Amino acid sequence: MSYAVEVNNVSMHFNMNKDKIDNLKEYCIKLFKRQLFFEDFTALQDISFKIESGDTFGIIGLNGSGKSTLLKVISGILKPTTGSVKVTGTIAPLIELGAGFDPDLTARENIFLNGSVLGFSREFMREKFDEIIEFSELQDFVNVPIKNFSSGMVARIGFSVATIVKPDILICDEILAVGDYKFQEKCEQRIKDLMSGGTTVILVSHSIQQVERICNHILWLEHGKMKALGGKELIPLYQPDFER
Amino acid sequence: MKAYFDAFKKYHYLLEDLVAKDFKLKYRRSVLGFLWSILNPLLMMLVITAVFSNIFKSDIEYFPVYYLCGYLIFNFVIEATNGAMTSIVQSGYLIKKVYIPKYIFPLEKSSFALVNVLFSFVAVLIVILITGMPIKATIFLIPIPIFLAFIFSTGLGLILASMNTFFRDMGHLYSVWTTAWMYLTPMFYPISIIPDNIKTVIYYNPLYYYVTYLRMLVIDGEIPGMEINVICICFSFLFLLIGLLIFKRNQDKFILYI
Repeated sequence: MSYAVEVNNVSMHFNMNKDKIDNLKEYCIKLFKRQLFFEDFTALQDISFKIESGDTFGIIGLNGSGKSTLLKVISGILKPTTGSVKVTGTIAPLIELGAGFDPDLTARENIFLNGSVLGFSREFMREKFDEIIEFSELQDFVNVPIKNFSSGMVARIGFSVATIVKPDILICDEILAVGDYKFQEKCEQRIKDLMSGGTTVILVSHSIQQVERICNHILWLEHGKMKALGGKELIPLYQPDFER
Repeated sequence: MKAYFDAFKKYHYLLEDLVAKDFKLKYRRSVLGFLWSILNPLLMMLVITAVFSNIFKSDIEYFPVYYLCGYLIFNFVIEATNGAMTSIVQSGYLIKKVYIPKYIFPLEKSSFALVNVLFSFVAVLIVILITGMPIKATIFLIPIPIFLAFIFSTGLGLILASMNTFFRDMGHLYSVWTTAWMYLTPMFYPISIIPDNIKTVIYYNPLYYYVTYLRMLVIDGEIPGMEINVICICFSFLFLLIGLLIFKRNQDKFILYI
C-alpha cells in the first residue's frame, strides 16, 4: 500500500506573548529583567496518521481545533515544531482561493499570476487559459480589474486555476462554501472527477453532509489533539443530531 | 543543490510575473509611464548640476555624467534593498496561504530595481550626447558593475528582509543609514577633496568601488584593474553568502511574525 501523506508525531507550537511589546525600549527592559516570556500555545499535539493514495480524507472539529493549521503543515506552508510530514506527489492547495490576486490587475493578468504562484509554467497556462475562463463562466470579464469583481466571481477564478492541473493531492479548506449553488455543484463534480482519476483529497468542512457524502476516512480533532480516527461511523458521534 | 535548482526553475515564472506586476503598478495611470525611469534621473541631474555649477563650484570634468553614474548606482542599491527589506512582511498574504520559496520575494525586488536601472541608462546616453563627451568603447562593459551591484544588493536585501521581519524598527533605522550612506558615497564630490581620516571610512564603503568602476568605464575609458575587480567581487559575493545564510536559518520562523 502506498501512502500519499504520512504525518508522524507532528506538534505545532506558537509563541503568544501576553502583554504586547511594541517598542524597542520596552523590549530591552524586559529582556534585561528576564521578563520576556511568551506563553506557549499548542495548536497541534502529537498528530500521526497516514492517508492512502486515492483516498478521500475528511478532517472535522470545532473552530480552533487545529484543522487549518494541520492543512498548512501538510502543504508545507508551516514547518512543524516537532515531528515530520512526508508527502508523495504534487499538491494543489485550495486553502484560500485566489491567493495572491492583485485587485488592480485584470482577470487575465491575475490568472497568469495565480498560475505562477502555484508553480505552473507560462506555456502551460497559455494552453489552459480558455479552459479556465470557460469553467469559471466569466468570458465577459476577462479584461476587467479584479477589484470590480464580486467575491463569488473571484472564488470562481481561483477554483478554476487551482484545479486545472490534475494534482496528486488536493487540499480543500472550506472552499466549497463559495459561489451560488450551481457553481458549488460544478466544483463538487470537478472534485469527484479528480477523485476518480486517482487524486487524493483532503477536505476540511463544517458541512457534515458534505463530509459524509465525499469522505471515506475521517480525522476528528479536538483542541489540537486527535480525538478519533476512523470511517463514517464517527459522524453520529461528532454530531449526534445529524440526520441522514 | 539540484533540488534548489529545480525549485528555482519551477518558480522563475513567478519571479517574472511579480516583476511585471510591480512594473505595471508603478506606472499605472501616469501619462508618461515608464519614461519616468529615464526622466527621473535626468531631472535629478539637472537640479544637482544647477546647484553645483552655480552655488558650489565644482571643477569635475563632465560633472553631469560624473554625478549621474554615482546617482544611478546608489539609487539602484537603495531601491533594491528598501524593496527587499519589506518584501517578506508585505507578501505575508501569500506566504501564509501557499508554499513558495521565500527568497523569491527579496530577489524579486532587487530584480525589479535592476529593470529600472537598465532603463535609466538611457538617461546616461542622452547626457553623454548632450554634453559632447567622447564615447568610450569601454561603455559596453557597463553590465559588469551593474551585475556586481545587483549581487551585493540581493545579499544585503536578504539580510535586511530577515531582520525587518522580526524587528520592524529596521525600516526606520535603515532610512537614517541611507542618508549617511549617501554622503559617504562620492556622488557629487571627488574623493580627492576628502580628508584622510574620512577617506579610510569611505574605503570600507562597497558603493564607492561600484561607482568608481562605472565611472572608469563611462568617463575615463579605462578597463578597471585587478585590484578593484577583486574588491568588488569580494564585497558582492560576501554579502550574498551572508545574506543567504541568515535568510536560510530564519525563513521557517518568518510566518510566525507576519
